[in-house]
Amino acid sequence: MYIYDEYDHTILKQRVAQFRDQTRRYLEGSLSEQKFLPLRLQNGLYVQRLAPMLRINVPYGMLNTTQLRRLARITRDYDKGYCHVSTRQNIQFNWPALERVPDILQELSEVEMHGTQSSGNCVRNITSDQFAGVAPDEIIDPRPYCEIIRQWASFHPEFAFLPRKFKIAISGSVSDRAAIAIHDIGLQLVKNEAGEIGFKVMVGGGLGRTPVIASVIREFLPEAHILTYIESIIRVYNLHGRRDNKFKARIKILVRAMTPEAFAEAVEQDWAHIKDSPSTLRPEDITRAKAFFTEPAYETIDDAAAQTQLDTLRADNIAFGKWLTRNVRAHRVPGYASVTLSLKPTGIAPGDITDTQLETIAELADEYCFSEVRTTHEQNIVLADVKKSDLFSVWQAAKKAGFATPNIGTLTDIICCPGGDFCSLANAKSIPIAEAIQRQFSDLDYVYDLGDLDVNISGCMNACGHHHVGHIGVLGVDKKGEEWYQVMLGGNSGNSASLAKVLGPAFSAEQMPSVVQNVVDTYLEHRNEEELFIDTYNRIGLTPFKERVYAKAS
Amino acid sequence: MPKLVKDGVIVDDQWQVLPKPEADESLNVPAGQFIVPLSVWLAQQDKLQARDDIGVWLDADEAAEQIGAKANTLPVIAVNFPTFMDGRAFSTARLLRERFGFTGELRAIGDFMRDQLCYLSRCGVNAFQFADAELDLTEEVKSLNDFTEYYQACVNQPIPLFRRRNP
Repeated sequence: MYIYDEYDHTILKQRVAQFRDQTRRYLEGSLSEQKFLPLRLQNGLYVQRLAPMLRINVPYGMLNTTQLRRLARITRDYDKGYCHVSTRQNIQFNWPALERVPDILQELSEVEMHGTQSSGNCVRNITSDQFAGVAPDEIIDPRPYCEIIRQWASFHPEFAFLPRKFKIAISGSVSDRAAIAIHDIGLQLVKNEAGEIGFKVMVGGGLGRTPVIASVIREFLPEAHILTYIESIIRVYNLHGRRDNKFKARIKILVRAMTPEAFAEAVEQDWAHIKDSPSTLRPEDITRAKAFFTEPAYETIDDAAAQTQLDTLRADNIAFGKWLTRNVRAHRVPGYASVTLSLKPTGIAPGDITDTQLETIAELADEYCFSEVRTTHEQNIVLADVKKSDLFSVWQAAKKAGFATPNIGTLTDIICCPGGDFCSLANAKSIPIAEAIQRQFSDLDYVYDLGDLDVNISGCMNACGHHHVGHIGVLGVDKKGEEWYQVMLGGNSGNSASLAKVLGPAFSAEQMPSVVQNVVDTYLEHRNEEELFIDTYNRIGLTPFKERVYAKAS
Repeated sequence: MPKLVKDGVIVDDQWQVLPKPEADESLNVPAGQFIVPLSVWLAQQDKLQARDDIGVWLDADEAAEQIGAKANTLPVIAVNFPTFMDGRAFSTARLLRERFGFTGELRAIGDFMRDQLCYLSRCGVNAFQFADAELDLTEEVKSLNDFTEYYQACVNQPIPLFRRRNP
């Protein structure tokens, strides 16, 4: 994991002091509401429906246990004893007092954390694969590059007042778990025929009211040039992106208006001027970044023996077996596995976590996982490096703490934004819909048999719940002051990214559990053996679902 | 005389900024030190370029390239903020310095705010003409040095931190 040096600490201290002074000037009235707005947003502070909300960056999802414990303390001392894991791997506090936010930021800075650029029209937190460094299908560990880009983007003087927010995601594996195709810049690490490392560069993806899959503008960009190249992309966007209409201000609109080819050409023209400038990475710069992400002290383990032991335990314990199937995944190092702790038990807002749960996870990570965890964009927490021989103990401890619901990747592992209960942008509540669906599908065995099925819920078209890329997507809409829900099917956020299609007219909140049940029933009727929902949908299309849902609903 | 923050200190502003002319109106630039709109400068280049007391201001939708290689014939160039949320001037300033090698006074005008001074100065702006004449510039100028260390290369520090850490 990256460790701050004096430079990082100096910069972050200056940031906290800057925001403390800005907050003081705002509270005493010498800084207007209007001018304080972008300043507080760029420190993570929103003013929400009920209280401010403070978003803390978790760079590419990595957290150590010191940080977890500090987050726990902050939720206790400054908030209501719980926080929220967001769909961008960040942590959100829902109830901080505005005047105490500088103190919170100071407490965070002591453990190398902050809310810098977690909101506002600037380059946001870089996201990546929660299984970076441990996934068997990894080509190149993306984390050193995430850190290089994070530092470059942090306090970037030229790009703090972009037309709109700007999100970058990086994947380093065969299977894309970072949803890079729905980001403003999506970077796929690749090796060329000569074995050199570089990036496939995509731009202009995004959800929101105009969902777009990103366009590839460069098939292979050598790693040395990544900073100058993205600088050119963002400069073209800063100078030419629309500023007259907030809803047309994202880079995706510019790329579409110019065409991806013309946009790429404009980038190349700018880049020609800065291509070999001092921001070009030397091999030693990449080596230095990689030195922060070396392997933990893995033991040499006989994988076959560990697996045999595990299989014996599994045979004796069905519940443990189901947890292994859903919540544990393969690790590239023999004798190890990665565990996903589910933050989605029924009845809890997806991604919510209490102070004591944070501390329990810290204890688990200290004992079983080299004192590190990762947050996921599906709003769960991963213990990436657990010995297979420890899995049974981890399961028991996780079960006791309420994290062992064997639902990872299933219908009840719902991605859900905070919605109308918290967010001032929302048109409708989303958390109660998630809960109602979870209750409808309370039979764990049934859910388990359905297999992979992504349900994504957003309370408005800003799409924080990524509804366009859910196998089943739900969008809250406002119709004459009432909350309605549009259902869409067939989205996918992975390698073959696709956008969901709207099923038909919207439903009331009360109808939603039975609508999802009808969708699932249709799937089961048409399913071939173990076929996954998305594959059945791709085979039979929208019509059978539509006929069934509207026949029953009317 | 109006005041200006220049190179970190408060000085008298010797220049006057001329507003854009109404459509079809051709502006007569009087004698004296004037910062004229780009459109006026382009339309009257023959006349204005003979003078050494003429600067040019760029609006947010006007590009550094429109001055381009002629930048260094000008003693002062200004970049305008129609609103403090419009960040195009940051790129325009940087391009004037880095791409076109402008070495004269680069001035921010319009609706920028003190909390942008540090980033603007990193992008090469060295003079700040606040729209609100009532402001206490001794207060405003304090934000100029909010940061003393930086990760990325920019006009005021062309070597990125990763190279300075690992020389």
